[in-house]
Amino acid sequence: MSTFSVTHAPHIKAKEDSALIMKYTVIALLPAAIAGIYLFGLNSLIMIAGSIIAAILAEYLMLFMRGKRAIAADIWSSIITGLLLSMIVSPATPWWMAVIGSVFAISIVKHAFGGLGFNIFNPALAARAFMLASWPVIMTTWPRPIDAVTGATHLALVKTRVLEMSLWNMPDHINTYWQLFIGNRAGCLGETTAIALLLGAIFLLAKGVIDFRIPCGFILTVAVISALFGSDPIFQVLAGGLILGAFFMATDPVTKPIGRTGRWIFGIGCGAITMAIRFLGGYPEGVCYAILIMNGFTPMIDRYVIDRVYGHLPAGRQGKR
Amino acid sequence: MKTFKGGIHLDSHKEQTAGKPIRVAREPKTVVIHLSQGGSPCQPLVKAGDSVRIGQKIGDSDKLISSPVHSSVSGKVTAIDNAPHPNGFDSPAVYIESDGSNESAGPIQNISVREAGIVGMGGGSFPTHVKLSPPKEKKIDTVILNGAECEPYITCDHALMLEEPISIMNGLTYIMKSVGANRGLIGIEDNKRDAAAKLTPYLSMGIHITLLQTKYPEGGEKQLIYALLKREVPAGGLPMDVGCIVSNVGTAHAIAVSQRTGMPLTERVITVTGAVKNPSNLRVKVGTRIGDLINDCGGFSGTPKKIILGGPMMGITQSALDTPVAKCTTCVLVLDEKNVSLYEEQSCIRCCRCVDACPVQLAPNFLADYAQNEMYQKAIDIGAMDCIECGICSYICPTRRELVHWIKLAKAKKAKK
Repeated sequence: MSTFSVTHAPHIKAKEDSALIMKYTVIALLPAAIAGIYLFGLNSLIMIAGSIIAAILAEYLMLFMRGKRAIAADIWSSIITGLLLSMIVSPATPWWMAVIGSVFAISIVKHAFGGLGFNIFNPALAARAFMLASWPVIMTTWPRPIDAVTGATHLALVKTRVLEMSLWNMPDHINTYWQLFIGNRAGCLGETTAIALLLGAIFLLAKGVIDFRIPCGFILTVAVISALFGSDPIFQVLAGGLILGAFFMATDPVTKPIGRTGRWIFGIGCGAITMAIRFLGGYPEGVCYAILIMNGFTPMIDRYVIDRVYGHLPAGRQGKR
Repeated sequence: MKTFKGGIHLDSHKEQTAGKPIRVAREPKTVVIHLSQGGSPCQPLVKAGDSVRIGQKIGDSDKLISSPVHSSVSGKVTAIDNAPHPNGFDSPAVYIESDGSNESAGPIQNISVREAGIVGMGGGSFPTHVKLSPPKEKKIDTVILNGAECEPYITCDHALMLEEPISIMNGLTYIMKSVGANRGLIGIEDNKRDAAAKLTPYLSMGIHITLLQTKYPEGGEKQLIYALLKREVPAGGLPMDVGCIVSNVGTAHAIAVSQRTGMPLTERVITVTGAVKNPSNLRVKVGTRIGDLINDCGGFSGTPKKIILGGPMMGITQSALDTPVAKCTTCVLVLDEKNVSLYEEQSCIRCCRCVDACPVQLAPNFLADYAQNEMYQKAIDIGAMDCIECGICSYICPTRRELVHWIKLAKAKKAKK
């Protein structure tokens, strides 16, 4: 007889669901993607499209094979993976390679571990590592913006001692900073234009989609370590994929720790490993591997680093007025 | 602006009734007065056929933590039987048919808080006389009056602060005297500055009004203490462990009224709002059925889908309209179809919104994971018992998980053991 529904509290829900959060992320990535297409030409657009379409199709196929129904969040998540993957590879990458990478990201890195919410590693980054191992030459061929002449990235120039580590001693260092800031440099499709990435990052921070702790910890650690070891902090922050990695990859909700302290540790760890690879490793750039390694530490951080709960004051302060 | 860590800003929805004067509700024909309205259930002192008058004690208990109940009308007891309780279960209650004459049982000389039947009127329903007699070794230095009213829709405390500032101040002074505290703080969210302005002229020595950030759950006991005093109630402890007593403004008002008139608590202010034609702040006799209150407010507007006693964050849904209101009922909220949706729980994407919003800094997603997998002890180990059940985690979860429900389950399983 009763027509009233009886449920447990709370009886209202926030408007933002996971699909909307993911749409925000896609919107935030668009400025950098558009800048990449402008700088590196139509081939980039084809690659981005191929990567996203492949990711969506792979998502549907995997969900079908696992006997699950696709929900909006699954599809938006695969769009992010496809878009991110195309943005962290060289603009010279052929579209079919991006397609294979996308399928690897969705099927092996994500669905083999249980699908959305259960993957240990960031799918796009793990797929990039897979592609770098499979096609090392193409993945490290860097066309310069506009003229498309291939050249070395700034970090590679530092690594091979063509560019001075302590950039601030060089006469035109301000101009170099500016060129890095507006994206006039060789590099991955979406990582070059710092200003476009920062626009997106501000949007995500304002919408509460990402938390400041991981990007702050990451970027500050990189800056501090480079200053300590005689490299130019501003150059180290702007060159390479740090801005993209810190704001869009390390903050991937699924693969980061959930506690506040844990997020600081994660960010600082990412920064430290990045600099270790840049200074000591064989690769010129370390953001990708740094985040992947810290992804692996995430379950451990979640287990052992637990934030202090209200009312559990340390012994000395217990009952303090 | 003072506040606590975590919490979220909610749409207040208070405009429907905010600032509306308190209206006396239509006289109920029948009242159903629950014997369990604060602490241990009472034993009935009347039987079917007895005639009772307003203020007559109809139930009492010899248990320490219990508060007596009184008739809110004059008339005849028709039955003592189970009735739906606002907490969602059925429990024994006294059915009284009103004769409409409202004859009083007369004032009691030097009425005590216990004899006045006063309980926490913000929803807690804890017997106030127990709260006001802390053990000697617990020195109370501050009495906090809770005028935050952080739940959406509810405006009964707001209306009371606007209309009865003197009673509230007198009640606060009474509480301060009885626990020997020399400081009184009234915490009010900054969306109710008019209420703060009304109270200000009646401030006396040692009493201060503090505006708090409008944020849910600012009126949670532990959150309020932290916001005002930066003290943390130790886990498993009570406010008196950090020298505080927290009381609702409604409770202070009830104490002052009973001291002035010598009459026990038989009525209170309730907000009837949501999908009703004429949302109001009503002065309601305890035991009035919610159906009568909704009719009093012009009936439903639109199709009612949920009837909630309390606010939308912590309130309890009712399956029918014959539930009577209790001393601690703050609000009758009707939600129509537009405001009720059912969601399917998805898997966690670890976005941390629940972690960042949790006012006691728990990790609700992990607690819920453990509870869902029946690992209740694990959930207890990482703090399930510290959960204040405010509902923020379920509200904010973008994957629509019913986090607080799972945490409550873990707590209930622990209690059973």
